[in-house]
Amino acid sequence: MDELFRIKDLSMAFGEKVVLENIDLTIRRGEILAIIGPSGSGKTTLLRILNFFEKPTCGSMKFDGMDIREINDIRRRMSLLFQTPAIFNTSVFDNVAYGLKVRGVDKKAIEKKVGVALSIVGLSGMEKQKACTLSGGEAQRMAFARAIVYDPEILLLDEPTASLDPANVAKIEDIIRRVRDELGTTIIIATHNIPQVRRIADRVGILLDGVLIEVNDKEKIFAAPDDARSEAFIKGEMVY
Amino acid sequence: MSTTDFLFQGIIRAFELIISLNPYILSITGVSIKVSGTATILATLTAIPLAFILAFLHFRGKQALIALINTGMGLPPVFVGLFLWIMLVPAGPLGFLRMIFTQEAMIVAQYILITPIITGVSLAAIKAVPKPLIETVYTLGGDQKDAVITTIKEARFGIITAILAGLGRALAEVGAILIVGGNIARTGSIGGIGEGLSETRTLTTAITSETSKAEISTAIALGIILISLVLTVNILANFFQKRD
Repeated sequence: MDELFRIKDLSMAFGEKVVLENIDLTIRRGEILAIIGPSGSGKTTLLRILNFFEKPTCGSMKFDGMDIREINDIRRRMSLLFQTPAIFNTSVFDNVAYGLKVRGVDKKAIEKKVGVALSIVGLSGMEKQKACTLSGGEAQRMAFARAIVYDPEILLLDEPTASLDPANVAKIEDIIRRVRDELGTTIIIATHNIPQVRRIADRVGILLDGVLIEVNDKEKIFAAPDDARSEAFIKGEMVY
Repeated sequence: MSTTDFLFQGIIRAFELIISLNPYILSITGVSIKVSGTATILATLTAIPLAFILAFLHFRGKQALIALINTGMGLPPVFVGLFLWIMLVPAGPLGFLRMIFTQEAMIVAQYILITPIITGVSLAAIKAVPKPLIETVYTLGGDQKDAVITTIKEARFGIITAILAGLGRALAEVGAILIVGGNIARTGSIGGIGEGLSETRTLTTAITSETSKAEISTAIALGIILISLVLTVNILANFFQKRD
């Protein structure tokens, strides 16, 4: 797999507090990369930097082999899904269609693409429903449809199942696999849910106290990690 | 005649004046709606863009401007009236405009009074739009223009409430417009009550003058219309607050 995103020596500090330190990370096209770590380890900050909401204190990022200059152009090739979806006070259709409308896609194509995205997340037939009346699981699936409807190359997921029941967790995980397999989307998921990582990830990065201590294939991380702290975190022996 | 009879007859006569569409009452109502409506439209055209500038842009003096707007929300109407009167009388700095005791002067007074209210309440509505919702616009490929449009859509009911709050305040205001408008009606009497058609006489200023002349039925008729207008505005505001 060729690389889509390359991050080198990236650090981030809020005032005196260092949140990320010397992060080196390569994201491969079409993979599901899980960034795991305890709460406060810097996972969300890393995703926000990748989506240009935060400017790193130092370091470099290359997207598709290019230095990042025009943020908006690159941002339009990716999508970020928050832990709790923010919903526009309108219908399910209008919510899902949003990313297509800002790209100036014509009406017929919007209707078709929204239909496909809603069928992927299992919400077909709910187009006219007010989005604010959806349940938590449905809202997250709608947000998923909204994030994939314009075929982003990278999908950034920040704890997408943290507040969902097991049935909805299974649905979201199934959607993640389908999006990668059917659309070829590169997916980066930040989570502290280790069983979930076992189920869906190709590669895993372990982030502890802002330091990416190890990035390896899932099998290697779970069978014989290079770093003793990785093993302790995965086994649940590391208490924060 | 007992006080109860006096009041009862006054109310009966007041309803007769309203139902008969008395020209004096109608002209006063018309001036009130025209002055307050125009002031509200002009204030809205200023306040909404200003609220968005304050919500989205960072510039020097922004906090001072917000403090000024907050102060303006509680501005005493008589002070505004006095200030404008000093500016607009023939000997004043803006006397050459010949605006004193005109509807235009009353519009300016109400504009000064309600612009901070519409700005302040709109700003609160805009700031109440959750930050993650605006960030979602950017994650989906939108730019600042899209973020502003989304904010307008999300805050629309709060903004409408702000406009209605300004209109309600304008309709109920008396001090400033009494000073700069002069509570003027044409000479002569219409239908046996009041004076001629209203020039700068509004529902609120007419109530003060009719009461001072002990024209209770006329004052009650004007009061019923005023309360009905303000109540309608408040019911609308309440409706939009519930939709928000």
